[in-house]
Amino acid sequence: MSDDHDDSPIAARVRELEAILEEKGLIDPRELDQVLEAFTAKASPANGFRVVARAWTDDGFRARLLADANDTLPEVGLSMGGGLQPQVLHVVENTADVHNVIVCTLCSCYPLSLLGPSPTWYKSPAYRSKVVSHPREVLEQFGLALPDSTRIEVWDANAESRYMVLPRRPAGTEGLAEAELAALVTRNGLIGTAAV
Amino acid sequence: MSERYRTGDRVRTSTVDPDHHTRLPHYARGRVGTVVGSDGVHPLADLNARGIRQPQQVYLVRFPARELFGHGDHNVTLSLWEDYLGDE
Repeated sequence: MSDDHDDSPIAARVRELEAILEEKGLIDPRELDQVLEAFTAKASPANGFRVVARAWTDDGFRARLLADANDTLPEVGLSMGGGLQPQVLHVVENTADVHNVIVCTLCSCYPLSLLGPSPTWYKSPAYRSKVVSHPREVLEQFGLALPDSTRIEVWDANAESRYMVLPRRPAGTEGLAEAELAALVTRNGLIGTAAV
Repeated sequence: MSERYRTGDRVRTSTVDPDHHTRLPHYARGRVGTVVGSDGVHPLADLNARGIRQPQQVYLVRFPARELFGHGDHNVTLSLWEDYLGDE
């Protein structure tokens, strides 16, 4: 899943642990693969795009999503319970005055089920350290120049919660259907490193 | 579970640099922030990493960048266990 972690010491430790558990007959060799495959098959940014499009077209859904995302996701057939443990999700809304961006400064926590596997840069020490202290500069490097009047809110997923940004609906999209709106959303928009 | 802090309370994070696992990042140690909400009750990560489950209140705490880094006009919000927090 995280190809770029294959050479890391933690990946080696996990492989050794897996081998020992299999050797002692505590797990079936296929068991972990099945769990991971079942999870990653459903984990896709298309899920997040769908949530955003519904929030743009249904004010009630948007209000419920912002108030309690875990309770509201089942309305679109999704949940945060697909992994090894259920996770708390907070959806944070961009407005004319506020832009949100997410990071995990301690490791690389990320709402996989809604955003798919995280991009390499999200896990890089450079992004993780700089976006908390200099978010405006980091967003400019992503090509997102925000007016000085826009306040930036950074959310550090340092503990149990995961975050997803609800981008602003682009102007001129009033006539679009939900599926067409979903196609406008990008993964970076859900992280906060793009406007949509 | 009783909550020691309420939304709007100002809190100061611990200055302790423990030699064990913790989820209080360096950059947010010894800083004053404002509780902006509850983040549920979860096993304290510091103990959970050693196999001890001690559920405890977690708070969403918002810090002005200036308090954390001495510059900047943004805010940073973290999830912090009650053990990490003290009165301002």
